[in-house]
Amino acid sequence: MATSPQQAGAIPNMSLELRAWNIRRKALRMGEVQGQGYIGQALGIADVLAASYFHALNHRPDDPEWEDRDRFCLSIGHYAIALYAVLMEAGILPEEELETYGMDDSRMPMSGMASYTPGMEITGGSLGHGLGIAVGMAMGLKRKQSDAFVYNLMSDGECGEGSTWEAAASAVQWKLDNLICLVDFNDQQADGKTTAALARVPEEGKWAAFGWHAQRVDGNDLEAVVAALDTARNADHEGPRVIIFDTTMCKGVDFLEDREITHFVRVEPDEWQKALDVLEEGKPQ
Amino acid sequence: MTVDSITRKYEPRRVIPKAERQATSAMIASLDAEGYDTVPAPFGHALVEEARRNDRIVGLSADLSKYTDLHIFANEMPDRFYQMGMAEQVLFSAAAGLAREGFVPFATTYAVFASRRAYDFIAMAIVEEMLPVKMVCALPGLSTGYGPSHQATEDLAIFRGLPHLTIVDPCDACDVQGMVPQIAADPGPVYARLPRGKVPSVLTRHKPDYKFELGKAQMIREGTDVLVVSTGFMTMRALDAAEILAKDGIEVAVLHTPTIKPLDTDTILAEAGKGGRLVVTAENHTIMGGLGEAVARTLMCAGVTPAFRNIALPDKFLEAGALPTLHDMYGISRDRVVEQIRGWL
Ligand SMILES: Cc1ncc(C[n+]2csc(CCOP(=O)(O)OP(=O)(O)O)c2C)c(N)n1
Ligand SMILES: [Mg+2]
Repeated sequence: MATSPQQAGAIPNMSLELRAWNIRRKALRMGEVQGQGYIGQALGIADVLAASYFHALNHRPDDPEWEDRDRFCLSIGHYAIALYAVLMEAGILPEEELETYGMDDSRMPMSGMASYTPGMEITGGSLGHGLGIAVGMAMGLKRKQSDAFVYNLMSDGECGEGSTWEAAASAVQWKLDNLICLVDFNDQQADGKTTAALARVPEEGKWAAFGWHAQRVDGNDLEAVVAALDTARNADHEGPRVIIFDTTMCKGVDFLEDREITHFVRVEPDEWQKALDVLEEGKPQ
Repeated sequence: MTVDSITRKYEPRRVIPKAERQATSAMIASLDAEGYDTVPAPFGHALVEEARRNDRIVGLSADLSKYTDLHIFANEMPDRFYQMGMAEQVLFSAAAGLAREGFVPFATTYAVFASRRAYDFIAMAIVEEMLPVKMVCALPGLSTGYGPSHQATEDLAIFRGLPHLTIVDPCDACDVQGMVPQIAADPGPVYARLPRGKVPSVLTRHKPDYKFELGKAQMIREGTDVLVVSTGFMTMRALDAAEILAKDGIEVAVLHTPTIKPLDTDTILAEAGKGGRLVVTAENHTIMGGLGEAVARTLMCAGVTPAFRNIALPDKFLEAGALPTLHDMYGISRDRVVEQIRGWL
């Protein structure tokens, strides 16, 4: 993979499988640089990010603030490692800077912040902020008569925050059919399983009851992800749209997938290379 | 530095050679406390011990029990622990409800989420009602390199504004172990900053008979040139700095002030009033509205006016990066404390 990020972003027919694979590889390399990182989350969400950035989103890598772009909010600041990987893959960030991940003076701090990184629309990390901000952006775009969409990527843990449900109700009130919320349901949060905490009933039913167009799909099945994104954009529904993606943490690196999964997956210093090797074996054609 | 970084976000960065790199140590953030022994999870263990004596104690966390050492309690006494999920507002509201029913809830999260997200719930449901909820919160001040979303740089300022809330900023494991039974016994609400994980044992090394006393400031070290009035881990920094300055014949006294509210004004006035010493406050908190301003007001109102300086975090949103780098950059590392005190003499 000697392709430079600018070239990669410009290759129109690269398969989404390869995009997702590249995202996983870049995330692992960042983890290796820092010796830590939310790699389990990055590997789990790579397919959703590949489909979002290389299928669904309307954006210009050379102009991250292009007025007509679709907005992509990363509410889950700790997933920044995954977003940096896709921003590099898209050519918005130069791939060389991968080696600065999480370092002093880096543009890629461990928790995503709008003021640091081109293409990072909002500052996440204090969980439960993204959807409310996305509501306001969707309102603003409607005011400006823009056709752009707002995507908000959030987590199952964030569905515990009250602010999420204030925003969810608000999006319905304002009929925000230009808002698409992506929920990574990896059934994991800091202390344990999300289904053992506040997610006791299926999430899609909650969103639907609030008035959202709700879908639930396998977030590691690229075809299903693409179809769900298309449906979300085109559905004949007056209000906002949500897709709940069931994902597998550490997807694509079997020995990490098999490990007892926790919020912060420990990877030993010698395992980063091993993980890259395992990934290499599964490289799509 | 948010303003600078906005202007710099389109500026590509140079790759630092491997040998010069420093890790961010964002999540695991144990403090660099060179030369001190450490105690694992002193809060969790002290709470278990206290809960064995007092069956009204219950524990609650908002998806951060592992990160606030409350998992020790949760594992030991699972039927007295409530996993509230990631929902800080109901964490504190429910703690208020449990307190109304006669329990003594210890509720934990990070200091940022207690002070920012849940403030109204804490103010009205807990503090205005004088309920005995003990809010024990990790990552106070600048304790992580993770950036402003996790740096509780203004928690003391926020909470000092609440009438009759007791506020504690312990320095070390000994403080935490002493604090737990005393705040459990206190009839009112308490906000405590929590050093978590491997917590250094600092104070007893400098003063073997030291014991935490809620509401009391205590002299840890005597000295004739400078009086440092410090709180939290800045007492460790002050003590370490004092040892270095002593080699140059500069004698630094350290008055450890772990209770921020109510402030032990009698001891502070007695010590600052001795005269002839530069008085320096030191806190792991923004310069706005913390210990420095509280001590300044105490001194001015009593007509005690020594030369006076503050060591605190600047009035800005702080950067992300490696914690030791940030402590240096913002003046709260040992070496920066030494340098600042020298510069003021
Ligand atoms: C408001 C808020 N509360 C608590 C935290 C601390 N925290 C960081 S990640 C996390 C787990 C959240 O769940 P999720 O995003 O689903 O976790 P993951 O899938 O990454 O394990 C928690 C509690 C936070 N960042 N923000
Ligand atoms: Mg999750």
